[in-house]
Amino acid sequence: MQVHQQVSEYSDAIDLMVNMGPQHPSTHGVFRLVIWVDGERIVKVEPHIGYLHRGSEKICESEQYSQIVTLFDRLDYVGNLNNELAFCLAVEKLTETVVPERAEYIRVILCELNRIASHMLFYGVYGLDVGATTPMLYGFRERERVQELFESVTGARMMHNYIRIGGVKEDVPDDFDKNVLILLDHLKRGVDECDRLLSQNEMFLARTKGVGIITGEDALDYGVTGPALRASGVIEDVRVTDPYSIYSRFDFGIPVGSNGDCWDRYYVRVEEMRESIKIVEQAISDIPDGDISAKVRRIIRPPVGEVFVRTESPRGDLGVFLVSDGSDKPYRVKVRPPSFANLQALEYMLEDTYIADAVLVLGSIDIIMGEVDR
Amino acid sequence: MKIQNPVVGFINGLMVTIRSTLRRPVTAEYPAIEKRLPLSNRFMGFPALTWDYDIEEPYCTGCMVCVRECPTQCMSAQMKDNPQHEKGLSRRRKIIESFEINLGRCILCGICVDVCNFDAIEMSHEYELSKYQRNANRVNLNQLLDMGVVYQNKLQWTPKQPQKNSGIPLPPKQSEDSS
Ligand code: SF4
Ligand code: SF4
Repeated sequence: MQVHQQVSEYSDAIDLMVNMGPQHPSTHGVFRLVIWVDGERIVKVEPHIGYLHRGSEKICESEQYSQIVTLFDRLDYVGNLNNELAFCLAVEKLTETVVPERAEYIRVILCELNRIASHMLFYGVYGLDVGATTPMLYGFRERERVQELFESVTGARMMHNYIRIGGVKEDVPDDFDKNVLILLDHLKRGVDECDRLLSQNEMFLARTKGVGIITGEDALDYGVTGPALRASGVIEDVRVTDPYSIYSRFDFGIPVGSNGDCWDRYYVRVEEMRESIKIVEQAISDIPDGDISAKVRRIIRPPVGEVFVRTESPRGDLGVFLVSDGSDKPYRVKVRPPSFANLQALEYMLEDTYIADAVLVLGSIDIIMGEVDR
Repeated sequence: MKIQNPVVGFINGLMVTIRSTLRRPVTAEYPAIEKRLPLSNRFMGFPALTWDYDIEEPYCTGCMVCVRECPTQCMSAQMKDNPQHEKGLSRRRKIIESFEINLGRCILCGICVDVCNFDAIEMSHEYELSKYQRNANRVNLNQLLDMGVVYQNKLQWTPKQPQKNSGIPLPPKQSEDSS
């Protein structure tokens, strides 16, 4: 609303329309942004999405339940395991499958490690967005360690297809506990190092403090979730407010920011990595023995009905709505991707900032286009 | 989080950089074969068919379960009567005649391995897709078996259900019972 008023106010003064993307390295995928500027000040922005649309939701309707997990891998291709988990939870809720304890623990450990890997990617890429190339190397170094662990457990570095309906694909290797503890040691040091390298850097502060501010109420109105919402001071994390899987058993904090600017959105993620490390530590210390998968048929035919499940993916509140007509293929799968909702607030955040900050604000929301366009 | 004195933050960052310069590099040069990173045992590369060394024939019977379960429909298979079975050399009544996987289309999900009842297909450690010909990523039965043999030798592979899936003919006193 306000944005449009401004356009009419400034309409005489608008002197340039800048087209950014779709093939722009800092748009994190294929994303087009049309920016109207008045001098250096942004008057209006118009995001264009859909360049990566693959029709995943429609393809889901012609695949069996067990095959759809592979499609969910490819929605948010940085937080794959979290996406797999969301779909598997939905089917399990519909079929009332009870997942064995051990599988739950393995899932939580891997999902939290995936969150760390995803935030590490954000850290590195955000450094690049600001104009610093060094943080990228640090972020990717830590992420690489997590992915090495994933490779030894799931067999793949990104598209795992490891979390299956009713449990996980196979048991973790024997040296899993040991490797996770070593990894956590590295990660703790890595996060501290990353923090020291960038967070307090004067130039970084000057670029990100007070840029792209969104207040808590406005963020809620726009449907912003995840770290971007928590940076505005709203305490909202599905793992705590509406616990799924076994998250209610762990003791961890929710980092919140206070200003809702780019720096807060960045720092909330750094703190979140520390909290994730705490969760993994607790989970690895009391992981039980036992089965890794409930007894499910190869071809799953859930009863007629519909179900909605929400989980906390690295980017925010990931919802899966599933309608079953009793056959082996779902009638409808609807994904509520966090990146898509967070992107809606971009227009608001960019209002009245400088054009040089457009990339910064876009980067701070941490969008994944695979999830926005599906 | 309190904002420190900017000079402190800057010096802290510099210290991190200086300390990192003294470490060993974590990067590897990719195309050089001897410098590649080692793959873990569970690594999932392209699917490959396994070879039964006991009686020198493939494990695959061409039952088409994997073809039906593949989410991308990238495989096709055809079965035939097993000539070795007629001679009494093998327990497999049917055997694979032709098998084709379009590796460019395969998404390395591993579902085919999970559904195969005969331990006949495994995710090999091959992962390179660049080829000189346009259709060179459509691999046929012989190429798949070659990939499988490399994988089997590398990992000392043994079937998961050796009793059930061995092709060695049963001792004569039990009645002829195919796989
Ligand atoms: S690989 Fe296995 S599932 Fe596929 S056709 Fe051969 S025996 Fe059947
Ligand atoms: S790995 Fe997946 S996509 Fe590839 S052939 Fe097997 S089932 Fe098909």
